[in-house]
Amino acid sequence: MLRFSRGSRWSLMAIVSIVLIFMYAPLLVLILNAFNERQISAWPIQEFSLKWWVVAYESEEIRAALLNSAIVAFGAMLIAMVLGSLVAFALSKYEFFGKGTVNLLVVLPIALPGVVTGVAFSNTYSNFLTPAGIQLGYFGMIVAHATFCIVMVFNNVFARLKRMNPSLQEASMDLGEGLWGTFRLVTFPQFRTAFAAGALLAFALSFDEVVVTIFTAPPGVDTLPLWILKEMARPNQASVVNVVATVVILLSLIPVYVSQRLSRTENEK
Amino acid sequence: MSAIQKAPQRPVSTYLHKRPNVRLIALLALPMTWLIGVYIISLALLLVTALWFIDPFTSKVIPGFTLDNFINIFTVPAYFSTAIRTLAIALAVTLVCILFAIPLGIFMAKIARPWVRNLLAVAITLPLWAGYLVKLLAMRLTFTEQGLFNWLMEPFGITGPGFGIPVTVLTLAYLWFPYMALPVFTAIRQLPHNLFDASADLGAKGWPTVFRMVLPLITPAIIAGSVFTFSLSLGDYLAAKFVGGSTQMIGSIIASNINLNPPVAAAFSMVPIAFVVMYLVIARRTGSLERM
Repeated sequence: MLRFSRGSRWSLMAIVSIVLIFMYAPLLVLILNAFNERQISAWPIQEFSLKWWVVAYESEEIRAALLNSAIVAFGAMLIAMVLGSLVAFALSKYEFFGKGTVNLLVVLPIALPGVVTGVAFSNTYSNFLTPAGIQLGYFGMIVAHATFCIVMVFNNVFARLKRMNPSLQEASMDLGEGLWGTFRLVTFPQFRTAFAAGALLAFALSFDEVVVTIFTAPPGVDTLPLWILKEMARPNQASVVNVVATVVILLSLIPVYVSQRLSRTENEK
Repeated sequence: MSAIQKAPQRPVSTYLHKRPNVRLIALLALPMTWLIGVYIISLALLLVTALWFIDPFTSKVIPGFTLDNFINIFTVPAYFSTAIRTLAIALAVTLVCILFAIPLGIFMAKIARPWVRNLLAVAITLPLWAGYLVKLLAMRLTFTEQGLFNWLMEPFGITGPGFGIPVTVLTLAYLWFPYMALPVFTAIRQLPHNLFDASADLGAKGWPTVFRMVLPLITPAIIAGSVFTFSLSLGDYLAAKFVGGSTQMIGSIIASNINLNPPVAAAFSMVPIAFVVMYLVIARRTGSLERM
């Protein structure tokens, strides 16, 4: 047993409380300020109102940004689903030279600082592709997002494939089913929840991403984080940005919650 | 007698079944083309661009070969001091995270009741998903001149530090704390019970046990967590931009040069990579990365 004096216990509890307050008070301030009547956020809030929610709801700019975020995240998710699963299959079933390198390649886009990844893409697009007459535009942003989303699908699918019983697939093939039929009828049903969970996390990651987006978004196109960033950079930041940020908190928690549920139900079986 | 049903011919499946190498290549072809063709080539081109220079009159990028961009990192005082400042900030963030993660981990693993422990585990993980920019905005609202912090401290006659390096460190610690807290908590939780019993039987009270037994045993977890807090802080520049006042970090220089002088931005983006690689090499020597 680890025994502490009463004083030590209390001081530990005090530290834990400080950590919790430190983690949640700023978020609470943000959410409350979404209901601040005044144009400029300040504490204490004098008067509450839903004014900025109406402004946000009616804003064309915000709607366009939300749509862009959804399109980019969806595109990146689809690409990551295919590429991430393929790598997960290769790494979970085969032993080969350079396995560690392949693993590193998948993790690298998220392990390197976002500004490096962003600048690398931006540099390739504007100093190499554009002079060669290739304009990626909007698609360039999806390519960049897909690259760092692969790891999310990979992690989830790889973990599931590792736990799967390979003899089921062998049995299916012994009974005469081909590779595609085995995949469709035996393998896929076993990892589809991990597949979906990984895809949702990839979507959430892309939806929130800001640094790589700054460098790869074509001029005049805003995703939701870019719109927030633009508002934050204004000298007098309006309370409407708090509304959008509050919505982002809620929107990003949904995919995480669902993916947790998906992984959990499968683990309990 | 009924004829034995003939098995369907599956030429593709049969072909692939006999050749695992072909299967492996088929699986890896697409992802590797993407990761190497898109990402690794981009990184390589970035390195190439770092060796180029811009025409001082037309500001056009001129392909060539010069090491000036790299030499500038060391010889231009503003650049060099920014690199050192960024390194110091990243280390300070890591230290702050460690100092809070250990007491939290001890409390969660050894003192809290099970339901409190589960609640705290969720409470620590959840903000990870709240969105990077959202948290940055939240910290800005809290520490702004008319923010919560100054309001709370007013009765004590304290005014907050204002936007500067301390709030930048605090904000980065806020952003990356879960990456440290979770491995530290897991490590303390996995320590065998009888070690604590032995320590108590030998007469050690709470704190001596923590310092002489728990700390050395959870060092690998601390180092694993620090890889995240360190490297994520090192590459960040939006925190410095929004809560750092005039604070500049390596990322600030990269971001402000990417359109004006791409070769300088390219050369500077090698700095965080170099720092992270150095940190990983040191961390690897302690043997704590195998657990990750």
